[in-house]
Amino acid sequence: MKKTRLATVWLDGCAGCHMSILDIDEAILNVAARADVVYGPLVDAQEFPKAVDVTIIEGAISSQEDLEKVHAIRKRSKLIVSLGDCAVTANVPGMRNNIPPRKLLERIYIEGAQENKVIPSEGVPALLRQAVPVHQVVKVDLHVPGCPPPASAIAFVLGELLEGRVPNLTAKVKFG
Amino acid sequence: MPEKISIRIDGEYVAAQEGQTILEVARASGKYIPTLCWLESITPVGACRLCIVEVSGVNRLLPACTTPVQDGMSVTTHSEKLAAYRRIALEFLFTERNHQCAVCVSNNHCELQAMAQRLGVNSVRYAYTFPKLPVDVSHERFVLDHNRCILCTRCVRVCAEVEGAHVWDLSSRGIRSMVICDMSKPWGESRNCTNCGKCVQVCPTGALAEKGFAVEEMVKRDAKVTRLASRRGGHQ
Ligand code: SF4
Ligand code: SF4
Ligand code: SF4
Ligand code: FES
Repeated sequence: MKKTRLATVWLDGCAGCHMSILDIDEAILNVAARADVVYGPLVDAQEFPKAVDVTIIEGAISSQEDLEKVHAIRKRSKLIVSLGDCAVTANVPGMRNNIPPRKLLERIYIEGAQENKVIPSEGVPALLRQAVPVHQVVKVDLHVPGCPPPASAIAFVLGELLEGRVPNLTAKVKFG
Repeated sequence: MPEKISIRIDGEYVAAQEGQTILEVARASGKYIPTLCWLESITPVGACRLCIVEVSGVNRLLPACTTPVQDGMSVTTHSEKLAAYRRIALEFLFTERNHQCAVCVSNNHCELQAMAQRLGVNSVRYAYTFPKLPVDVSHERFVLDHNRCILCTRCVRVCAEVEGAHVWDLSSRGIRSMVICDMSKPWGESRNCTNCGKCVQVCPTGALAEKGFAVEEMVKRDAKVTRLASRRGGHQ
């Protein structure tokens, strides 16, 4: 059987969702047997590859870079899964959304700094006006809320997807 | 004696009494209709629209908690259409305020969160409004966080009907509505509040909480308040 080309992406989240993927214990062996992980925080690939079957996204869309990435990801992925509340609702990254980015950066890097009071501009992507859920920018095929989603739900989702089925998550997951 | 009548719920004949609501009859016959603003023994107001049902011959959806039964009525409590509208009602509640369950005092003990899970709302299709809202921490023992409020008015009704203090009201209309204390005072300056905590116990979300509780720690005990209300012959 041809292996599923699986990618995982870390946008504006805390890495907790990625940790929870690793939390699925021995179910990870099944994933390893059936999928090639072609992109992710622990994979060497710099560019998001072409023709990905399943892409799992952790985190909200918060910066110009996230925005460009997620459009490219959509073009190259058959199925996108939003994993965790940050991807699904904007969650904690979205708590800044009623403060203009300029004010936010000033508060942190100027008012809040003891020394070296500058707003970083080199090598960091510009913040979007608001951090938004992934599906507000591109079509998302499956939502798995939770902060983080329980490992059992992740194992179930991966198991179903690798069998070529779209899992029914009704009552299996919740926000928070 | 109220007159005995008969209605049909999801095709089944059930006995009812004139003056009862569809919800009361459904609950008495063991049928589940989702509710958020409704609270046993307290006057229903039909604020959340989760309890909508179809009544044959009526071409709009009616809230079960405020609609009185009529002899021969035929009610449908679950259908694809109802599920779709209930879902929309819930999604709007999430978009209107800021709900970050992961950092909320009521996480895992919240009726809104549990209802979303029960009805399979795993994402919200409409854009969140991310409003800027105050948190009133002026009361010695309690907090009102408008970010989590769903405007169910349970606090308003319980304070007025059970405690008799009538501290809370709703101001403005539509999406601008806010729960206000003593006609718009910080809670800590309220002259009417007796510090009884009843509003906190019946609030279905993390909007009203006791101070000193961290994320996930606030567990509400609304049954204590509704039992008291029913012993005093509250709304039947
Ligand atoms: S009030 Fe309920 S739904 Fe809102 S953030 Fe708190 S736990 Fe989540
Ligand atoms: S604590 Fe009691 S009196 Fe004070 S607002 Fe709440 S219900 Fe009313
Ligand atoms: S504060 Fe709580 S009880 Fe009062 S209207 Fe808001 S959600 Fe309902
Ligand atoms: S429970 Fe009937 S409208 Fe809220």
